[in-house]
Amino acid sequence: MLELAMGIMLGLMGLGAGCAMIAGIGPGIGEGNAVAKACEAIGRQPECKSDVTSTLIMGCAIAETTGLYGLIVAILLIFVAPGIFTNILKEAIKG
Amino acid sequence: MTEQQTPDVHSRHFRAVDYGLIALMIVPFLICIVLKVLFTPASEGVHISGALVFLEIPFPVQPLIISESQVNSWGVILSILGLCLYLTHGLTAKAVCRRQLLAEWIVEKCQKLVKDNMGEYFSTWAAFICAILGLSAFSSLSCLVGLFAPTGDVNVTAGWAVLVFFLIMHYKFRGGLWNYFIGLFKPIPVFAPMNLIGEFSTPLSMAFRHYGNVLSGAVISALMASALGGLSKTLLGWLPGILGDIPYLRVGIPAVLSIYFDVFSGCMQAFIFAMLTMLNVAGAVPWDEWRARQEKRKLRSGANVTTGKTA
Repeated sequence: MLELAMGIMLGLMGLGAGCAMIAGIGPGIGEGNAVAKACEAIGRQPECKSDVTSTLIMGCAIAETTGLYGLIVAILLIFVAPGIFTNILKEAIKG
Repeated sequence: MTEQQTPDVHSRHFRAVDYGLIALMIVPFLICIVLKVLFTPASEGVHISGALVFLEIPFPVQPLIISESQVNSWGVILSILGLCLYLTHGLTAKAVCRRQLLAEWIVEKCQKLVKDNMGEYFSTWAAFICAILGLSAFSSLSCLVGLFAPTGDVNVTAGWAVLVFFLIMHYKFRGGLWNYFIGLFKPIPVFAPMNLIGEFSTPLSMAFRHYGNVLSGAVISALMASALGGLSKTLLGWLPGILGDIPYLRVGIPAVLSIYFDVFSGCMQAFIFAMLTMLNVAGAVPWDEWRARQEKRKLRSGANVTTGKTA
């Protein structure tokens, strides 16, 4: 019974981690748009290349945040949550 | 002639102070490495775990945990202190040595950065911004010597973010508590919960952005190293004896990832943290209301003075 419950739980945690990483789509599209616009800007005004590049890197790093939230959730689900939930399950079955 | 030459000669030669301060830069890292080696449990292969716990002091509500991230960040602080003292001790009005030029360059760059982003009013903030920038960058870079990066622990970055949150709040209250409270209900009263959440989401996002970048870099590096170890075992495991046990593919390839994840990402996140601190604090001041308040206060004090005179 314990093995079955733990198997179901670990499998669902893996699925949850996979679903959480869908968050990676948004920043991907967003950063792609940002880089495309930056290329246009540099093509139009090559003399302001350094300004555009520094602003682009800064903006990309901030736009990455939403993807990183998903990544943090996935990492926590894979590496941290199983230990905690296994303990809870064991105590529940004992008690 | 000899009087003019003496400072020059002295600055070129290393003195005991220089050795002491360079030792202060390096020794904290060595102590942290020794502590890590002593406390790491013996295990095979690559493990992904949080900070090691060195000590637990029993306290009434919850035990106080002294973990690797705290010890490492204190090591980084001591090391930066040593660096600053080394760069700035024995300054002369006429820059005659390289370290003084370097120190002046750092200070000028920081003051220019703060003045450009925060305006003239906040020009004294250069020291604080430089401290945050240096602490964050050195903490992220400390994983290059094999330590656990303190910024990979959410408690450390959350501590910094809470500090920044209090600073932002302090400048928001400049316009008066009542004005701040009214501001939450703008543009329409329905937005009040949203505005309240927005206030708290600033430090939260700052903490998680920095922590997530460093942590994800560490996790991906560890996964890559373990995968390369397994790959080299399957590819080159047929070699006789101990030659087959050495993970050849793990040599050099993870270092390429480390350049991006540790060096570039660490410095970038330090810069972004400092940048967001500057923008949030500088943008928090309600200038119009603050000026109106100051005018009112001046009027009141003026009125007091006049009444005092008449009395």
